[in-house]
Amino acid sequence: MITRPRYAEESPFKIHGGCGLMGICDESGTLMSGEDAILAMAVQHDRGNGLGGGFAGYGIYPEFPDHFAFHMMYHDIQAKEESEALFDEYFLVDLAEPMPTRPVKGITGAPLLWRYFLTPYPNKLEESEMSAEDYVVEAVMTINSSVDGAFVASSGKNMGVFKGVGYPEEIGHYFRLEEYEGYTWTGHNRFPTNTPGWWGGAHPFALLDWTIVHNGEISSYGINSRYLEQFGYKCTLGTDTEVAAYLFDLLLRRHKLPLELACKALASPLWDEIDRMPASEQALMRSLRAVYGPGMLNGPFAIVLGLNGGMVALNDRIKLRPLVAARKGSVVMVASEESAIRAVIPDPDALWMPKAGEPTIARVKGMDWPIHGDLHLSPEDISCAVTGTEVSCDVVEVNA
Amino acid sequence: MSMGPGVVEGYRKVAPVVTRDGGSVTINAGGIYYRQMNEAIRAAVADGTTHIVLDNVNGQRYIGTGVSAKGVKIDVHGTAGNDLAMFMDGPTIEVFGSAQDGVGNTMNAGKVIIHGDAGDVLGYGMRGGSVYVHGDVGYRVGIHMKAYENLVPIMVCGGKARDFFGEYMAGGILVLLGMNTQFAEQPLVGSFVGAGMHGGVIYLRGQVESWQCGKEVGITEATEEDMAALKPLLADYCETQGTDLAEVLSVPFTKLAPFSHRPYGKMYAPM
Repeated sequence: MITRPRYAEESPFKIHGGCGLMGICDESGTLMSGEDAILAMAVQHDRGNGLGGGFAGYGIYPEFPDHFAFHMMYHDIQAKEESEALFDEYFLVDLAEPMPTRPVKGITGAPLLWRYFLTPYPNKLEESEMSAEDYVVEAVMTINSSVDGAFVASSGKNMGVFKGVGYPEEIGHYFRLEEYEGYTWTGHNRFPTNTPGWWGGAHPFALLDWTIVHNGEISSYGINSRYLEQFGYKCTLGTDTEVAAYLFDLLLRRHKLPLELACKALASPLWDEIDRMPASEQALMRSLRAVYGPGMLNGPFAIVLGLNGGMVALNDRIKLRPLVAARKGSVVMVASEESAIRAVIPDPDALWMPKAGEPTIARVKGMDWPIHGDLHLSPEDISCAVTGTEVSCDVVEVNA
Repeated sequence: MSMGPGVVEGYRKVAPVVTRDGGSVTINAGGIYYRQMNEAIRAAVADGTTHIVLDNVNGQRYIGTGVSAKGVKIDVHGTAGNDLAMFMDGPTIEVFGSAQDGVGNTMNAGKVIIHGDAGDVLGYGMRGGSVYVHGDVGYRVGIHMKAYENLVPIMVCGGKARDFFGEYMAGGILVLLGMNTQFAEQPLVGSFVGAGMHGGVIYLRGQVESWQCGKEVGITEATEEDMAALKPLLADYCETQGTDLAEVLSVPFTKLAPFSHRPYGKMYAPM
């Protein structure tokens, strides 16, 4: 008798890591192939150990701009069949195909890699009384938590995550990223130290079009994951970074927090810093820390958040991981090392090290910016968002 | 660094092209993996070369790491990778560009001149020699610098610095000028300056608020005596960096020194 392996038990613990990352975004919306992202990661080769590499690209599926693009990893045929049965039940599947790959030396043991372009069945969506995004999130959580050996690598519109076990430049070649064109790319090189590297555990971590690449260690993973469970998120991928992707979805999409405020919730100012702020800002920061305490990311991190509207890079509040940023014309680039930037942009207009806890933002012209307002709000303006009562609140309309 | 369409290769693990001209050696580091590049540097030093020029450097780590030789000069053109001059004992390295993180880690002797910016943990545990940076520096600069008898490490940063400047400092001289910066609107230095400091001295060109500093640190205006001791060091910095000494001295300096050499001496063994 054949016993199916219990894949979910493969990685029950969080993984710490020292890693390398990059992000590049052309704010004019001009497309670039994945080669620059591969090059930036190849320069940071020694920040990883070959146990995880990955990329996210935005704007890569112009022929399916309004479909939810699901990139899937299956450990066996049964996982594929069970997942496809779920897709067929809840979504109109307009295209299902194997991910295009090429043989690359060093890449072995790949799971079955498939992609699907999906739209929710209108009647099912209506019955669910959910937004299309919540509908998709529920499908992702269901597959990740209950279909053994199936993992959703990404699930957003006109974007995708390409990741696996190997060095990032190998993974980039494997997935033929030079054949894709996007206006934003992020990349990651992994150095897992506590549990085995596995395909689903490579970065970026994604939900809808949010993707996260992360260098560091989220020490607060336990409290963060318990907090997220209250909102229906299921942390199943065995790596700390997963919580960051879900926290941004919760704070930015569902609670509609202004970006700067969401960053302050995740990388909170220290209490003595708050004491030195003007009174109104003090009240805001205290409320934020009180309400989002369990969402705060503790520990060292540098992360790049990708989204259809652009890219956001953020450090922990005391800068325990490296991050460098640069701009050349409409192109904004971030990386763990200056050399990664200079390999792609030899002569930037400006190059700097961002301040800890303060986001570096690139915003693509003409794209929706699903992030509401900025920090220059009165506490009253955003109190409804902060208290999490988004259902009864009007959307806060503020100029970003 | 491309091998053809669609194949981005990264660094190549091959020996770099080396050209000799009398006592000088030029190494083309473009796209060469750090290990092969550093082997070429070591081979040149072993051959008695006193001047080594590295062209097209971009992110290669460990330049000058562990190199123990007097009278050797290494010029770096490009962006020097992490741990430049780590454990270095003697040579002079001049970087025509910026340096990344961990410059001068546990450096013993020699000189590092950086004409651009430098990253985090600059001079970590440095115990001798000098590091001169033209521009801005990152977080945790001068962390746990130390001194022993006549080995006194010196670091001068021409721009601004972030948090934890001189954290746990145990010896040496750490100077911040705040002049050549791209952060004109921001404070000279971040928070936790000299936190846990128990030796050495920090000089800041300008003012610092007491909340920015660790509680182990006394803040005073630098005296004439202090400035007389500092001036030759600043003159040397200005000569290598092309900075105007009169301008450097036109602003009063603040001196930070620890109250105690053993701030936690009674913590575990109450007397």
